[in-house]
Amino acid sequence: MDVISEFFTEYDGLKAFQQTIYLTLLSALFALVIGTAVAVMRVSPVKVLQVIGSAYVNIVRNTPLTLVIVFCNLGLFLQLGIQLANPNSPTSIDDNNFRLAVLGLSVYHAAFVAEAIRSGVNTVPLGQAEAARAIGLPFLKTLRYVVLPQAFRGAIAPLGNVLIALTKNSTVASVIGVTEASAVMKVMMENRPDVIFVVFGIFAIGFVILTLPVGILFTSMSKRLAVKR
Amino acid sequence: MRQRIIAALGISVMAAAGLTACGDDASDAGGSGSGGEKMTIGIKFDQPGLGLKEGSNYTGLDVDVAKYVAKEMGVDEGNIEFKESPSAQRESLLANGQVKMIFATYSITDTRKEKVSFGGPYLTAGQDLLVKADNTDITGPETLNGKKLCSVTGSTSAQKVADKFAKTVQLQKYDTYSKCVEALSSGAIDAVTTDNTILAGFAAQEANKGKFKVVGKTFSTERYGVGLKKGDTETCTKVNDALKKMVDSGEWQKAFDKNLGTAGLTLDPATNPPKTFDACA
Amino acid sequence: MSTTSVLFDAPGPKAKRLYAAVGVGSIVVLLLILWFVISKLNEKDQLTAAKWKPFLTAEIWTEYLIPGLIGTLTAAAIAVVLSLTIGILLGVGRLSAAAWIRWPCGIVVEFFRAVPVLMMMLFAYALFGYYDLFPSERLPLAAVVFGLMFYNGAVVAELVRSGVHSLPKGQNEAALAIGLTTQKTMRLVLLPQAITAMLPAIVGQLVVILKDTALGYIITYEELLRKAEQIGNFKSNLLPALIVVGAIFVIVNYFLGLGAVKVEQRMRRRGRSAGGPLAPDQIDQTAVAAAAAAALPPQEQIR
Repeated sequence: MDVISEFFTEYDGLKAFQQTIYLTLLSALFALVIGTAVAVMRVSPVKVLQVIGSAYVNIVRNTPLTLVIVFCNLGLFLQLGIQLANPNSPTSIDDNNFRLAVLGLSVYHAAFVAEAIRSGVNTVPLGQAEAARAIGLPFLKTLRYVVLPQAFRGAIAPLGNVLIALTKNSTVASVIGVTEASAVMKVMMENRPDVIFVVFGIFAIGFVILTLPVGILFTSMSKRLAVKR
Repeated sequence: MRQRIIAALGISVMAAAGLTACGDDASDAGGSGSGGEKMTIGIKFDQPGLGLKEGSNYTGLDVDVAKYVAKEMGVDEGNIEFKESPSAQRESLLANGQVKMIFATYSITDTRKEKVSFGGPYLTAGQDLLVKADNTDITGPETLNGKKLCSVTGSTSAQKVADKFAKTVQLQKYDTYSKCVEALSSGAIDAVTTDNTILAGFAAQEANKGKFKVVGKTFSTERYGVGLKKGDTETCTKVNDALKKMVDSGEWQKAFDKNLGTAGLTLDPATNPPKTFDACA
Repeated sequence: MSTTSVLFDAPGPKAKRLYAAVGVGSIVVLLLILWFVISKLNEKDQLTAAKWKPFLTAEIWTEYLIPGLIGTLTAAAIAVVLSLTIGILLGVGRLSAAAWIRWPCGIVVEFFRAVPVLMMMLFAYALFGYYDLFPSERLPLAAVVFGLMFYNGAVVAELVRSGVHSLPKGQNEAALAIGLTTQKTMRLVLLPQAITAMLPAIVGQLVVILKDTALGYIITYEELLRKAEQIGNFKSNLLPALIVVGAIFVIVNYFLGLGAVKVEQRMRRRGRSAGGPLAPDQIDQTAVAAAAAAALPPQEQIR
């Protein structure tokens, strides 16, 4: 089983999984922020914002993630000149690619976060919003103090699903040269085709370890935090 | 309801079977080369100046050499079927007999010789650097310290620069060279590395005219061979005879000038055009 | 969608002015971004006629885009059929009364839901290539289909399972009461209803599969994205080619999504949406969607 020790030493597989985790957590944070904003736009009273919000969701959701990530590098970085790292630092290429990948993953998954939150908004009984309006709260305050807190609690299960999908989708970052788990797996498979099953097994188990607890945690959280009605 | 679902499943399974079945008839075209009528030849589809698909036509030096060799073997241009042979699939395409020959910047190496046979070489290239035309501070691989270098994933050339010549070079890896060229053109990276022929092919493209130059200081030797099925000495001899005739008649030089000449690429005159060919074994 | 109007009052004159101002403001911001993008692209010579004109020629369509689209659709079609087949088998297996069938099916489903599709494809590509399982010209297609079918099969299995669980208990009890075996109950009574109830979600899964075929470009499968690269090499217009291909994906997927909604509406009109414990006409569309979403297994529509 020398290939297992190679995984830890020569290929530094743990570092690769660390990259996967960083990509996932950072993207999850930004996706939550962008997704909430888009969801608010979609339920807002301003027609233009509604249109922008639903156009965003429809376009991003129907574009392959591979293409979104490639656009971040070729379009945003190369053509529009948007640098996300100091160009003079000795690791600027790696930093920049990593941050572009985070941007691409966030933008893509924000569309799904927005849908999850919207479905959460739908679980909030009409009476809640009506009561908020009746005591004179304007739109943003109705959302902030009454609807969204309940919507998030109702949307925990779908949000958990987005997080699991995001963990797995972070592998696509390899197309712009981010060294995460799948990129290392590819190199290992090319060098050791005699033990493909072992190599695949190591990385597959890595992802099971990453995603299974998230699923269990979110399922129990969604039950515990569900709004009692 | 049940019948409807089962029927729908049945139809879709049949549709899938139909999809996989059609097109099977084309796969044995390479085997009939000895008949002298049709021949399937593997080339690259994505390398300007060497092997490039341009609509329904194919252009480049690899293509022109392939056409010449095929003609010498009695196959007319119209009877050649060109097939894309990505680097990772070249050995199995030959082993399965799906292509008769491969002309695809295929360097002759001892490891590859264990699996396939080679005719040629028909050209000797070397790993080099492509920079912007107005660049003056990159003159060779050792001047790349602190610079940004682009290559494709799995390329030996970039790794060689980082290991041997410039320890502090930053590597950008894409999956295709065209992305490297885009990055070079936008100024995000300083140089692209791979074989000088491939680099010259990109520099010679209409849209890139005058924008890039090949540095011209090679740091490896890549002998491009004609990939053949392991042990196919008969074809190998024919290929070498045809290549010799192509060089002697001046057709080789003409093909080179047409495809890569405008990029200002100078090959090592000691080995180009090729004067001797490897023995067919 | 009654919630939208419930969140805010009918605007008075002051609110109307505010909304108009916000609307105009956001249009201005949008235009500014657009102007920035266009001027930057122009500066980098990405908007020249030479880069965009090729897409008006027949050659680019007949030699690149249409074969690419056919490649994408072929892989998606085969993957759909195979993932439905193994999905239904695994889903029924997971509902089996026999633990020795239920457990292995459960483990298989959970495993394939956790492994990224890209990793499955890379694995299949290396595996098939090393052991020479497919002729090399079919190799990329086989690897793409392999990667897609197991993940999506696992998702379909979960759809089937939650579909059966969402059926009223009486269905199962009545079937057993009239003397059907458990196997026949599943095949004749539960499964047809479960699949019908989950059909919109299954059609929605088509979009996911179609999008994921784009990952095949990493293992040299000849689909739209790879054809865009080839166009880029031919005409030196990589970015425009990617934009065009992106637009094709959005359009095709958008219509597939519309198809899913159509299927759902049609089924409701026929009163076939028997799945939920609620009668279909008592609840509005969004509630159905929310109920379906809640019943769905993780990750279904995101990949």
